[in-house]
Amino acid sequence: MPSQARSDRDRLRGVKRSVKELARDALDTAQVGGAQYADVRLQQTRHQEVSVKDGRVDGLSQDFSEGVGVRVLVDGAWGFACTSTMSKAEIDQAVEVALGIARASARVHKRPVDLGPPVAHKGEYVGPVGTDPFSVSLEAKVDLLVEAERLLRSQPSIRFAEASTECTHWRKLFVSTEGAELEQEAYETGAGMECSAVNDEELQKRSYPNSFGRQVAQGGWEVVETMELTSNAQRIAEEAAQLLGAEHCPAGRKTLILDASQLALQVHESCGHPTELDRVYGTEAAYAGTSFMTPDLLGTLRYGSDKVTIVADATVPGGLGSFGWDDEGVEAQNVKLIDEGLFVGYLTSRETAAQLGNGRSMGAMRADGWQRIPLIRMTNINILPGASSLEEMIAGTRDGILMHTNKSWSIDDRRLNFQFGTEMAWEIKDGKRGKLYRNASYGGITPDFWNSCDAVAGPSEWRMFGLINCGKGQPGQVMRVGHGAAPARFQNVNVGIA
Amino acid sequence: MISERRDLRDLTDEILSASDAEQTEVIVTESDTALTRFANSEIHQNVAERNIDVRIRVINQQRTGVASTNQMGADALREALARALESARTQPARPDLPPLAPPAKLDPIVVDDATAHATPEERAQRVGAICAQADAAGVRAFGALSTGSVNYAVANSNGLFISSPRAVAHLRTVAMADDGSGYADRTSSHLADIDAEAAGAEAIDKCMRTRGAEPIEPGVYPVILEEYAVAELIEYLSFIGFSGLAVEEGRSFMRPGEKITGEAISIWDDGADLTGLPMPLDWEGVPRRRVEIIAGGAATGLVHDMASAARAGVESTGHGLPAPNPTGALAVNLFMAGGSAKSKDELCEGIERGVWVSRFWYVNIVHPKQSQLTGMTRDGTFLIENGKVTRAIKNMRFTQSVMEAFGTASALTSETKLQAGDDYDFTAGIRVPAVRLDRFNFTSVTR
Repeated sequence: MPSQARSDRDRLRGVKRSVKELARDALDTAQVGGAQYADVRLQQTRHQEVSVKDGRVDGLSQDFSEGVGVRVLVDGAWGFACTSTMSKAEIDQAVEVALGIARASARVHKRPVDLGPPVAHKGEYVGPVGTDPFSVSLEAKVDLLVEAERLLRSQPSIRFAEASTECTHWRKLFVSTEGAELEQEAYETGAGMECSAVNDEELQKRSYPNSFGRQVAQGGWEVVETMELTSNAQRIAEEAAQLLGAEHCPAGRKTLILDASQLALQVHESCGHPTELDRVYGTEAAYAGTSFMTPDLLGTLRYGSDKVTIVADATVPGGLGSFGWDDEGVEAQNVKLIDEGLFVGYLTSRETAAQLGNGRSMGAMRADGWQRIPLIRMTNINILPGASSLEEMIAGTRDGILMHTNKSWSIDDRRLNFQFGTEMAWEIKDGKRGKLYRNASYGGITPDFWNSCDAVAGPSEWRMFGLINCGKGQPGQVMRVGHGAAPARFQNVNVGIA
Repeated sequence: MISERRDLRDLTDEILSASDAEQTEVIVTESDTALTRFANSEIHQNVAERNIDVRIRVINQQRTGVASTNQMGADALREALARALESARTQPARPDLPPLAPPAKLDPIVVDDATAHATPEERAQRVGAICAQADAAGVRAFGALSTGSVNYAVANSNGLFISSPRAVAHLRTVAMADDGSGYADRTSSHLADIDAEAAGAEAIDKCMRTRGAEPIEPGVYPVILEEYAVAELIEYLSFIGFSGLAVEEGRSFMRPGEKITGEAISIWDDGADLTGLPMPLDWEGVPRRRVEIIAGGAATGLVHDMASAARAGVESTGHGLPAPNPTGALAVNLFMAGGSAKSKDELCEGIERGVWVSRFWYVNIVHPKQSQLTGMTRDGTFLIENGKVTRAIKNMRFTQSVMEAFGTASALTSETKLQAGDDYDFTAGIRVPAVRLDRFNFTSVTR
């Protein structure tokens, strides 16, 4: 092995310190160096992915990453640095870099950071897991995917298909100069499949159990087993083939019913993001944008109809946004963002909660790895179930469209003007589901849309979804978030735009 | 950090010699980057990141496995190799598996040390200058300045060792007032070329001119797309359609050999062009070739990795991504030919009623086969009347086939501007002109 690596290894052997000792030492170094506040986050992530495409194993990878991130506050300004080398010398050097960066930040800084009340929790969190997904053999995973993907190609018009599974095991240690000491770990497991039917003019894709490649949840291999990939593959292929010959979705203003998965993404884009308080205060303005949900509207904005109650709940078992404490050491909470249509809450950090005058954060700060600072991220943003059902909503609709499974999404930088496309859609005429449409889309303005909601399906149709590609921040961070949703109905929506 | 070329070779040699696979490939990506972020005219986030990633791919009996680690200890590297070998054991054989790349050489690229090792003070000085300009103008400044370097090396058991460093500085800024916003960005391989004050002045000027924006009716308009907007469209075109695999799978708008858009449109990829963000090798260790993708409106070329090239019966063009990669090759060093217009104002001449777009936001794919995208305008949308920009208008959503819109390109600026496709991971550099399109479909307006 190379000389540098050998030297790192020897240094590690010589030091023989536990990771907790390394972390505590880093806090001492930061304080000696002048930090008013510091936190140290050690994170280790193991990730495995298997994918099968067109009858062959297209990818089989096993990745490991480990490192330490150090966040310091000096002269009221932030600095952050990190290292992947787990030695005292390297971590001390990262602390020194962070201190230097914080001092440079203070040169262009007007308002000292106020973190609000101190946070000094101690404890452990272990996410729910049945069967350790890494204990399931690679052969078993390959066999499952090969069979599912074979069935996906059962229709002649399917040009390409893919089935995949993944599992992740993350472990974190968080310590701070305020006395917090938290250890957390969880498994995240998921799978998915998709196929595309193609002719000269069209490409129609179907995904299962959700789009974006796969559905993932905190848990073990049981998450994949409940999906029944092979039992659903032929149906998915048939639907893609049918879409090739379906009529184009008509344009106009209609009653719109969304399936639970599409409603989950609607919640993500038009409620989750605009209630991130860092966006509201402008710290994402140059990149992800701002928000129309400004503090002067808190408690007064009629965001939606009285059918609409949306919560940020980091305590849902199995949610991708579930944890014991966020990456500032704040405990997991369940708070309302929208209460029967009224805008009542934000996703916060300690700093933004103090700025708002709320005192304590509701705990939404997360980083996507050891090398990145935490940002305000969605936890599990869930629309609570109502009292209706999909069948009841269809039966009560004279002229409408039912849209199913997201295909395309876009929303403006203040989270007002949105446009979504779905993989499937059906005409609804006089209370009955009619013909299939392809290339369905709908659009609107966020509060107008949510105020037109006149029904949400009940608990039996409410499901948790895991979204693994939520992007935000500079440097870009990709976060995994959860959304609970059920089918819902909206009136007078502009459909068939694309 | 391992920062010398010789050390990278030592590292890859050690792994290759430890592997008993028929074929082994090692990719090392070593990054040392920093970013200073500002909002409301003060620095609110300031970070530095150093990491090294070793990615090992093995091929045994037509089976392949991949494993990676960021730990450089002997045990960690041995374990990563074992995981790659385990992965390769547990799957059916793939007779079509392409071989690893043959040995190759590259002309060395000289990296600007001042950009690679810029200090937080140097970044703060530039950011401070923008914030001071904003304060003086009575607006607020937002944005980020990133600097740093990435060193890539690919080695394999065919005797290949190829590496290239890259340094990039990227500044983006938005100036905001209560009722307006303006954008500017700058990208270069040399921090000294980043004129922060000029970027700040551009964003502030645009911010002042967007105040009091009023909506106009959505519909089909002639548009002037500034370079920011053009680059975003080109990046999406690359993602959805420029690869051999996209054409093979029938999901691309590219129809090789056919005219697919306007004659004014020529797009190519060149990883060695120093006026872009050079990246002369791909993640399979193949030197990037210049590929004429669209020439005079005709689809003339596709980018390939080793796998799609083998199936198409051609050689890889050097556009492979790290394995495993089910989505195919990707063009990340894109160039669009300019025209003859001497300025963006000249592009407006003759437009009776049109729209000036500074940049797009949240672009996404609606129909890849038709190159149809949707997205919003942002930070500088104006009405053009009788050949002149007259007033600010509310942001609008477009839903439009890009090939159809480029088919109506009637003028392009002679000057081109370098845009970063991603401001931190240093992946894409796109050099484009501003363009005038005679028909562009806006489908709604925002508040």
